[in-house]
Amino acid sequence: MSARLSPQAAILRHAVLLITAALILTPFVWMISLSMKPPGEIFREHFAFLPQQWYAVQNYRKALTSAPLPRYMGNGVLVCAAILTLQILICAPCAYALAKLRFPGRDLIFGLVLIGLLLPHQVLSLPLFVLCYELGILNTYAALIFPFVVSPFGIFLFRQVFKTIPDDVVHAGRLDGLSELGIVWKLMVPMALPAVIAFSIFSVVGRWNDLFWPLIAVRSESLMPPPLGIIAFANEEAGNDYGPLMAAATIVILPLVVAFLVAQKWFVEGMTGGAVK
Amino acid sequence: MAAYALAGPAVLLLFLLFFVPVIAVFVIALTDWQFGAHTFAFVGIANFREVFGDDGFRASLLNTVIYVLIVVPGTVILGLAIAMLIESGRSLRAFYRAIHFLPFMATLAAMAIAWEALLHPTIGLVNQTFSALGLPTANWLRDEVTALPVLAIIGIWQNLGFAMVLFLAGLKSIPRDLYDAAEIDGADLWLDRFRTVTLPMLGPVLMFVVIVVALRAFEAFDTVKVLTKGGPGHASDVLLYTLYRESFEYLRTGYGAAVAVVFLVIVVALTLIQARVMDKRVHYQ
Repeated sequence: MSARLSPQAAILRHAVLLITAALILTPFVWMISLSMKPPGEIFREHFAFLPQQWYAVQNYRKALTSAPLPRYMGNGVLVCAAILTLQILICAPCAYALAKLRFPGRDLIFGLVLIGLLLPHQVLSLPLFVLCYELGILNTYAALIFPFVVSPFGIFLFRQVFKTIPDDVVHAGRLDGLSELGIVWKLMVPMALPAVIAFSIFSVVGRWNDLFWPLIAVRSESLMPPPLGIIAFANEEAGNDYGPLMAAATIVILPLVVAFLVAQKWFVEGMTGGAVK
Repeated sequence: MAAYALAGPAVLLLFLLFFVPVIAVFVIALTDWQFGAHTFAFVGIANFREVFGDDGFRASLLNTVIYVLIVVPGTVILGLAIAMLIESGRSLRAFYRAIHFLPFMATLAAMAIAWEALLHPTIGLVNQTFSALGLPTANWLRDEVTALPVLAIIGIWQNLGFAMVLFLAGLKSIPRDLYDAAEIDGADLWLDRFRTVTLPMLGPVLMFVVIVVALRAFEAFDTVKVLTKGGPGHASDVLLYTLYRESFEYLRTGYGAAVAVVFLVIVVALTLIQARVMDKRVHYQ
């Protein structure tokens, strides 16, 4: 709004924002603080951010060894990567057909995509559970991946962006002897790269953080993605061994938080673009 | 033909993973089918009758509405206030934006565990601070009066940054001239300019944020699952948690499907309102 704040107003602005920022950060700070303390200090009834006796190494080592935390993280990476790859492979060609080709039924398919956008995934969980059961893939990686391989939002977003690419590009591609699929992968997707990146962030953040579906789809610890794994860890420890538990929580949120801090603009775009969904 | 080959896999999967399941939910909700059974019979609205006759479900529905009614105004008002504060100056904009947006990115299941430690009755920072200030303390997550409001506060904490970035985009699109014009017209006070320029210009964005945040609030699940399991009693039960528990822990298939249908109706209604709002925004500009 107004670019000319009086010095008092500018100080007030910083004061208020620093207070709200501190409140927002409190859970993070508390988590990191506990993750560095020995049990004796955690259960002491007065607060100090820094431990008197540094216990970070022990806590983080215990988090990484007593629970299969590296395995959870690996599962998360594998599942997110598989879902994203399949989503792009499946959605981009469909989006291209909807944006650039003329064929009977196109509007109907686009209508279906829009209806798909409306459906919250949790509502579908019961039939999807039955489907995974019938396919015999419950409690496998396939159960974590399969329900998400097609994304109505992905098709919708790519279609909107492909539409803005001039038809001449498509014609030129055909003159150069590219197949329709060649046009998708060599021309459309590279030209729509910002949208592809935004969608990737939207997809990976959503899948990495998802608790609902993994809770239903897998039972074995060796298959659990991070959110489910951290809950299993919390239950096993019965909430008494706070140090390693907080260390584990810190490790789980770290990849996305670091990626976000490095590429803030991209993340904000990817996550708010998803709001249209 | 190429078009069908390109769109085919996606369309096929949309049917298999979205349309058949959503129809199946309605069918299951209208039958007595149980998971694993080979036969079923249509029972009309018996499942819905059971669901709405159940005190547990009614508590869950009411809790969800209360949760949404706390989270939406809290998130929207704080998100707007913080966005306006950030936008009102030049320095440290990216820094403040990043910090306030952070909870929206962080894995909620893991942060719920941090909140549990924060809210711990004896060693938690909240009770330590409150007792030092002479404020009343509580076992926040085990008290049936406080459990739901505390979950709602965590919901506000998580979604506030999301509302903030949507408002930041909206504020940037308000032409500077309008503020100058308002000032010439005698809107000297900040509040006058807020009332005559910011709010009206932000109207569609505001409506959009309200609905998007409401949708996210209706989908609350992770904090309930990790922190309260809907308890004590049904004090913090919400729709998605009821859906999960009845369908997958108690294996009450028909009941679960009926809850899913109720949930779907609410979410679709909200999304359609949002689509209308978006439509209007496009036409007016």
